[in-house]
Amino acid sequence: MSTTITFIIDEVEVKAQKGQTILEAADEAGIYIPRLCAMKDLTPFGSCRVCTVLVNGRPQAACTQPVAPGIVVENNTEKLLNIRKNIIEMLFVEGNHFCMFCEKSGNCELQALAYRLGIDAPAFPYQFPKREIDATHRDIFIDRNRCILCARCVRASRDLDGKNVFQFIGRGPEKRIAVNAQIKLSDTDINLTDKAVDVCPVGAILRKRVGYKVPVGQRLYDHKPIGSEIETR
Amino acid sequence: MATAANNLKTVHIEPITRVEGHGKVSIQLDENNQVQQARLHVVEFRGFERFVQGRPFWEAPVLVQRLCGICPVSHHLAAAKAMDIIVGGENLTPTAEKMRRLMHYGQFFQSHALHFFHLVSPDLLFGFDADPAIRNVIGVAQKHPDLAVQGVMMRKYGQEIIKATAGKKIHGTGAIPGGINKNLSIEERDSFLKDLDQMVQWSRGALKIAKDYTVENIEKLKPFGSFDSNHMALVTDDGAMDFYHGNLRAIDAQGNRILDDIDYQNYLDHVAEEVRDWSYMKFPFIKSLGPEKGWYRVGPLARINCCDSIDTPEAEEARKEFMAVTDGKPNNITMAYHWARMVELLHSIEKIKELLNDSDLQGEDLVVTGDRREEGVGLVEAPRGTLFHHYKVDQNDQIVMANLIVSTTNNNESMNQAVQKIARDHLSGTTITEGLLNHIEVGIRAYDPCLSCATHAMGQMPLTVELLDCQGNMLDRKSKN
Repeated sequence: MSTTITFIIDEVEVKAQKGQTILEAADEAGIYIPRLCAMKDLTPFGSCRVCTVLVNGRPQAACTQPVAPGIVVENNTEKLLNIRKNIIEMLFVEGNHFCMFCEKSGNCELQALAYRLGIDAPAFPYQFPKREIDATHRDIFIDRNRCILCARCVRASRDLDGKNVFQFIGRGPEKRIAVNAQIKLSDTDINLTDKAVDVCPVGAILRKRVGYKVPVGQRLYDHKPIGSEIETR
Repeated sequence: MATAANNLKTVHIEPITRVEGHGKVSIQLDENNQVQQARLHVVEFRGFERFVQGRPFWEAPVLVQRLCGICPVSHHLAAAKAMDIIVGGENLTPTAEKMRRLMHYGQFFQSHALHFFHLVSPDLLFGFDADPAIRNVIGVAQKHPDLAVQGVMMRKYGQEIIKATAGKKIHGTGAIPGGINKNLSIEERDSFLKDLDQMVQWSRGALKIAKDYTVENIEKLKPFGSFDSNHMALVTDDGAMDFYHGNLRAIDAQGNRILDDIDYQNYLDHVAEEVRDWSYMKFPFIKSLGPEKGWYRVGPLARINCCDSIDTPEAEEARKEFMAVTDGKPNNITMAYHWARMVELLHSIEKIKELLNDSDLQGEDLVVTGDRREEGVGLVEAPRGTLFHHYKVDQNDQIVMANLIVSTTNNNESMNQAVQKIARDHLSGTTITEGLLNHIEVGIRAYDPCLSCATHAMGQMPLTVELLDCQGNMLDRKSKN
């Protein structure tokens, strides 16, 4: 029995393997669905909702929703783009994102998505939350000002590194990333070879002392918008 | 000190136009309507020294330059030089140092061109008392379109050099602790070489305008906002002018050396700052002389007074001509700043030429590091004068202390002196004339002050002049725009 199924994304017929998510199938077909918490090799999490699509008219997270034969998926519509834009705008004001001096600028997925979606000014009032920095580790630091709670580090440390260095604590506006130690990152067993160090989509978990070494003009999103690497497949 | 109880009147002039940022001038009159005291108040506040605390040290060169949109390169480089000390990388590779120098000369070129052609030339070409409707950059563009175009093109040239070395025209990321993040490609180099001769020629022209104006009007300019003062600048080991690196030298009004060969890592042994309750801008002074006598001038005039020579031929010739006006003694004429600035403009383009023809700029060895330190000081000569950056960094790589003494702060007392002198010489009665107002502004503008830099705020307001009596009642009010 064939495991290949077909379905529709924005009036284009897409082939997929049974068991794939809509996001995975779209990626293979060269159709970009914006996302922040989803990342290849990480267990789907469905938290950021940036990849929300309409499946037969109902909103679903493309990163967690499996494909099914004949479903009709709406992705690149004005309504969905506006919803995604609003989500990104809210993420910007919920944290303290100062792109102008952030070392992740040019390589930041949140910033790149904002550019792609045409966000050029804040739409909501800044919350200016008080967030803590953990710079205690010799080679890695956490700047919670920029954390968007995507849980990529949680999943990478748990599933790929087998360590459980990161976990969330608190609820609602108090929710934040914590480390698996009494107090600080330097008390954990994280090290520079861990996958968890490099999965952060923003500038919340960074290697120390390497900021700005890539000149402007050679950064990931300096010339092509985020998603173009999928669309040119 | 003048107080309301003495039945004094106060004339307020705010904000000052054609300087970067804004400030307010108040002139205190006594009962006979004579000037008792004049002050330049800087009423903006930003607090970069506080909010850089806690940030990782490698962020400082990119973060702190946000103080300014006119000469961010100066802050970028001063912070980077301090961070070189932190990472033990102060002995930069030739490629790194020359790329940084190219960035810095590019900035001097664009900043000095902007100031001269767009902010100052209306005063020099039309006279201080000319109709303000003409005495502005639009007036210059109409009457001297060639000069207006030169100003734009020279600024563009400098900005493109900054982009090629720092990554962006404004607020780049080129200088990193211990070095630089890129070299100069052959294509970039050739694009600058193409227009170089034109830039040299225009710089000579600008220098001639400034020199001829000063020489022709020397008797009028000599007393204008002028006063004897100390001067401070960085000079090389052999006493030559250097914008990027050197030792601190300070001289008095007669040219006697107060400080010489001072390693700026120890600047706190020699320089202190006084706080006065009527301004957010501090008042630096040379410790050995105290706050009363230890204040000094920085910037083009101070640099040319402090150095023994300039290491490019045309600028050195221009320096000698400049010094001949005062028989080789320090020049204390406030309006001579403009001439000195244009000597530096020519020096900058000569240095740019020298660097563009140096193959070290295409080198691949960009960063060095050594023993980690917890404290570092970085000084450069910014277009407006000596700029101090001082940081302490803890074991976690977080900045725990920052002290910035920016160029305009170094010139604080001098600008107040200039305002006071001009007010005494030119104010009569309690009527605010356009001419008087601009005389005061011309005096301040000579220092090319960046008031936003010195404390830092954004925004622009139309010029407003208020005349208040000793009870604070408004007697008169005039607005520009």
